[in-house]
Amino acid sequence: MADTITDIDNSPEVLSTGALRRRMLKEFWFYFSENRGAVIGLFVFIALVLVAVFAPLIAPHSPFEQYRDMVLLPPVWMEGGSWDYLLGTDPVGRDILSRLIYGAQYSLFIGVFVTTLSLTGGILVGLIAGYYRGWVDTVIMRLMDIILAFPSLLLALVLVAILGPSLTNGMIAIALTLQPHFVRLTRAAVMAEKTRDYVTASRLAGAGPLRLMFRTILPNCTAPLIVQATLSFSNAILDAAALGFLGMGAQPPAPEWGTMLAEAREFILRAWWVVTFPGLAILITVLAINLMGDGLRDALDPKLKRS
Amino acid sequence: MFGFLLRRLAVLIPTFIGVSIIAFSFIRLLPGDPVALLSGERVMSPERHAQISAQLGLDRPVVVQYLDYLGGVLTGDFGSSIVSKSPILDQFLALFPATVELSLCAIILAILIGIPAGVIAAIKRGSIFDQSLMGVALVGYSMPIFWWGLLLIILFSGILQWTPVSGRISLMFFFPPVTGFMLIDSLLSGQKGAFISALSHLALPSIVLATIPLAVIARQTRSAMLEVLSEDYVRTARAKGLSPFRVVGVHALRNAMIPVITTIGLQIGVMLAGAILTETIFSWPGIGKWMVDSVFRRDYPVIQGGLLLIAGIIMIVNLIVDLLYGLINPRIRH
Repeated sequence: MADTITDIDNSPEVLSTGALRRRMLKEFWFYFSENRGAVIGLFVFIALVLVAVFAPLIAPHSPFEQYRDMVLLPPVWMEGGSWDYLLGTDPVGRDILSRLIYGAQYSLFIGVFVTTLSLTGGILVGLIAGYYRGWVDTVIMRLMDIILAFPSLLLALVLVAILGPSLTNGMIAIALTLQPHFVRLTRAAVMAEKTRDYVTASRLAGAGPLRLMFRTILPNCTAPLIVQATLSFSNAILDAAALGFLGMGAQPPAPEWGTMLAEAREFILRAWWVVTFPGLAILITVLAINLMGDGLRDALDPKLKRS
Repeated sequence: MFGFLLRRLAVLIPTFIGVSIIAFSFIRLLPGDPVALLSGERVMSPERHAQISAQLGLDRPVVVQYLDYLGGVLTGDFGSSIVSKSPILDQFLALFPATVELSLCAIILAILIGIPAGVIAAIKRGSIFDQSLMGVALVGYSMPIFWWGLLLIILFSGILQWTPVSGRISLMFFFPPVTGFMLIDSLLSGQKGAFISALSHLALPSIVLATIPLAVIARQTRSAMLEVLSEDYVRTARAKGLSPFRVVGVHALRNAMIPVITTIGLQIGVMLAGAILTETIFSWPGIGKWMVDSVFRRDYPVIQGGLLLIAGIIMIVNLIVDLLYGLINPRIRH
């Protein structure tokens, strides 16, 4: 059916799904690449992914190996630095560069895990609230209001205090605090889409609630969700690093960047490099993702496109 | 306006009850015996256990316990710390002014720099100033503030030796708290150098806490201003021959401020969360550090009470922001 339509029709309005998708991607890339910062962010992010994936090949040392006679060695360009330890060593003689490289694995994993968890949970709950409305909606939205009443880091800190300090518990706690944003966005989008003609047509054609929710309505609500997902990705990395810094996230000797900062804190006035580099790594990662987020928003928001 | 207030309260009260249920039930979710957790005694005989259980009212049905807790909260009784044995509300009230002083300084700093910067960036859209300001704002927005604080300590306390590393005032000075705000108290004490000492202790924490709100306010002001500047009434004002200063400063700014005020209100919650990190780094004796210390001491009644108090304050602040918003923007009331 679809083939015959493309064969006889050469107007741009009717295209096969594949061609339509290619066109949308092309249009998306056109708007995304107009934003120079977003492209830079994308390249930095790709580089970080590569570093994380190939960490065992790139890292010059093991992230856990303690070179006891090389404690607090400065970076290579400073007096006393060594080419073997490019960014110097930490208070127990571990190579900082290697720990940073392995730390990229932690941060990206945290971002992916937390975003996936809060995105899927938020979409499910938001779809139900927006589709069924009534008391279900009221109960869900009050619950989300309650979560939003707490500062996210405080709630995450207390949740981790209950569950016990570990990276997994920290990620679950952060996902829970980020979820209400997805619920609200999905609900609002579903409510706006639900009364459109194509949804009514689909319902009259006999589509059940599940199909209506996931196949008909959801694909038309994705743009704000994608933008929110990038925001959550960077927030998750920041919050997890903050929890690590407070001693309530990943536990030593894990080379997680926030945990590294916590371990280095007492040396700040003696050895600036043990403090500076892990934080710089967090900043660069979060900045790259936020730059991409700005580009995504510009490319996906039709309201901004016209101006 | 009164109806608007009532509608907002109708949403707020169930939310507060929900928040109190969460704060109440969290001790019961903890692994371990709530009697031991709430009394702080690890080893006790069965008789002692029963005695404490009865004393704390833990032998009654959960619903009765909750209503009792809620009744206590509404009359200002949040229970007592198991470490210091002092009432939680007293501890909170003693530490809260420090957090308010820090947050106020930070938000004032953020507004004083953020709004003019955003306005200028919007007027000179696309200029080097605009581009570099938006770049700096994005860096500020992405900043891990606990690291930013450490960097500032390295630079200003370590290398330049301009500012102290921690606390609210030098130990050389001592005077009884009058207002709880160190800047005002140090002036009232009349001791020479006390005010300067308080100010130098406040400088770095304020900058750190202001960083993210500043970035958010600058970005928000710029985009609100850009939107308003393209409106017809601004063009009319220009066409009337009003001076550019009057067009921007009076006509445009007033409407552009509406979304910015909401943003500033929302930043209060962000600041209270940021205070957790900032106060920890600078050993600032406020409620953020108090909460972190309590988590480490496993002082569960304090965590419970603090959680409820902080959430309550954020809810009240949000309500005030909503009401202000209704006052300046009549459209929202309906």
